[in-house]
Amino acid sequence: MSPEKEMEQLVNKKTGKEYGRGRSPAQDAFREFRRNKIAVAGVIFVTLVVLVAIFAPVFTPYSFAQQNRYSNRQKAFTGYDITTDFAEENCHWYNTPLEWGCTFYIAGSDPLGRDLWSRLIYGARVSLAVAFVASSVSLIIGMIYGTISGYAGGKVDMIMMRIVDFLYSVPLLPIIIMMTVYFKALARRGVTTGFMGTLIVLNRATGGLFFVFIAIGALNWLGMARQARGQVLSYKEKEFVEAARAIGAKDGHIMMKHLLPNVIGPLLIIESLQIPGYIFLEATLSFIGLGVDPPTPSWGAMINEGYGGIKSNPHLVLFPGIALALTTLAFNFMGDGLRDAFDARLRGRK
Amino acid sequence: MKADMKKLVEVRNLKKYFPGSESSFFHTGNDVKAVDDVSFDIYEQETLGLVGETGCGKTTVGRTMLHLYRPTAGSILFNGVDLITLGEKELRHQRRKMQMIFQDPYASLNPRMTVGSIIGSPLDVHTKQDRKTKQDRVQELLEMVGLNPDFVNRYPHEFSGGQRQRIGIARALALNPEFVVCDEPISSLDVSIQAQVVNLLEDLQKKLGLTYLFIAHDLSMVRHISDRIAVMYLGKVVELADRDEIFLNSLHPYTQALMSAVPVPDPDLADKKHRIILEGDIPNPADPPVGCNFNTRCPIAVDKCFKEEPVYRETADKHWIACHLVK
Repeated sequence: MSPEKEMEQLVNKKTGKEYGRGRSPAQDAFREFRRNKIAVAGVIFVTLVVLVAIFAPVFTPYSFAQQNRYSNRQKAFTGYDITTDFAEENCHWYNTPLEWGCTFYIAGSDPLGRDLWSRLIYGARVSLAVAFVASSVSLIIGMIYGTISGYAGGKVDMIMMRIVDFLYSVPLLPIIIMMTVYFKALARRGVTTGFMGTLIVLNRATGGLFFVFIAIGALNWLGMARQARGQVLSYKEKEFVEAARAIGAKDGHIMMKHLLPNVIGPLLIIESLQIPGYIFLEATLSFIGLGVDPPTPSWGAMINEGYGGIKSNPHLVLFPGIALALTTLAFNFMGDGLRDAFDARLRGRK
Repeated sequence: MKADMKKLVEVRNLKKYFPGSESSFFHTGNDVKAVDDVSFDIYEQETLGLVGETGCGKTTVGRTMLHLYRPTAGSILFNGVDLITLGEKELRHQRRKMQMIFQDPYASLNPRMTVGSIIGSPLDVHTKQDRKTKQDRVQELLEMVGLNPDFVNRYPHEFSGGQRQRIGIARALALNPEFVVCDEPISSLDVSIQAQVVNLLEDLQKKLGLTYLFIAHDLSMVRHISDRIAVMYLGKVVELADRDEIFLNSLHPYTQALMSAVPVPDPDLADKKHRIILEGDIPNPADPPVGCNFNTRCPIAVDKCFKEEPVYRETADKHWIACHLVK
């Protein structure tokens, strides 16, 4: 980006006028993206969820871990037996214009008497953290690995790709489940020293999310590396790369300046289409009890807690389920829109 | 060509073999002999035209001379320095003096970079100029190749083929090179644009004292721009002489066939013209014929041509040829 920035305010020596600016391929894509209404709706929804997740304390009357043992399994908009003492002591909205929200549960309460609404909002944090952190981790690892492999070519490429093939052939999910079970057992024993201890402390600090990141990163950088390598192979033979070599540019410069900017667009699009999958994977891991640690709320874990009583208390499954569905749908629309905007061949097709 | 001219580039017995396509883990295929024992000189400020059929190795010669491919054998002397013996750092230093103009103006410019940063990239690699100096130089270069300096912030996709080729020329000239390899710079352009670009190249040569290796298959264009012409066939130079000598007094049967194929703009003259039509296709460069490699298609081949390889030698004054039948 820096050379473009540098040229931004160039002034013509002779006329003293500022130069006109060209439209980059990315700017063209952005214009195209804005015309896609569903994709824009997806972006707006994702932005809303991000804002709500960041400012979760403002949007929630209670803490996600606050129990009220007299008021468990309440239906939505009920819970009038919340005592004034309890509300005064625990409600974040007390003494604010929103004080009415302290006297009932917006989305009901779970079997432990925790406010489901508050847990839903805080659960968005987990899903979004997974969406952005895990996808960046797999994108960065995969992109660097694939770019080096594709650019180096020959034997290096062969060996690096066979490693990827080998990892692909290993069923990673069972291994991740075993690893997580092992880690959790260590954590229960209270190991806090050494390499494992560091990991466990990190994991505890992130409410159990750290292992989810590892799991998703380990599962998905392989595909990213293959995609990146394929892209690099197609660009490597282009004459502008030869031109850079004729100029005398070093390999690192060619990779950073000429290959990565061309490769990163398609990879970002592929990655954005994977995000719903990551959110689901986190929900899956949490559902089988290998995701976040209680009391950290995750939509998958909430569905797990509620599905036993789905007939008598459907709201316990329904609300996190709807939240999960809407968010993944929004990410899907956004990814589709990005793909259409960047892929000129798909433009104009409906 | 004047006799007192200094040699800028000397190519000696240059070979470039690519690994054969049939080679596998169990079996080594024949190498493709893209360039097989080629020698020639390029004098300062001249234009050497390099012509030949598609696949005869002309582009490989150009790219190997700039070390975009590592030569299999031979030597390339640039100003008396053998490029093959140089280390990476010294080679990078030498690259300032030799640049390339590419064939496809659509593939040779990075679509994600502005024109200003494309032309400025050689300056970034080789110099530590500040922004102001660099931007002045970029503007100067744009004017030099006949483009509006206001275009610095545009992207390549906003330009036509001819304009893009001018951008490529500006990039090649950014470091004031002495020697430029023009790899079919006009073959992907419209005819009307071709003339403009060739004239630009000629003007720049006069103004900046450049030396060109001009690779092409358009013979009339090569005749227009070149001082001397080398003809390649199947990885070897078969004839090299002054432009007029090649066109009017060619000795090698392949060159004669090639020259007879040049279109004549006058229909009456064209009817009278004797055309030599070659039979057959160019042989596989991985498996060239024994003896003279032109013997499969040569209309005048004798027994000797199928046994011995002709020596590439100087017959008349400055007229190099590889053929048994020429005295």
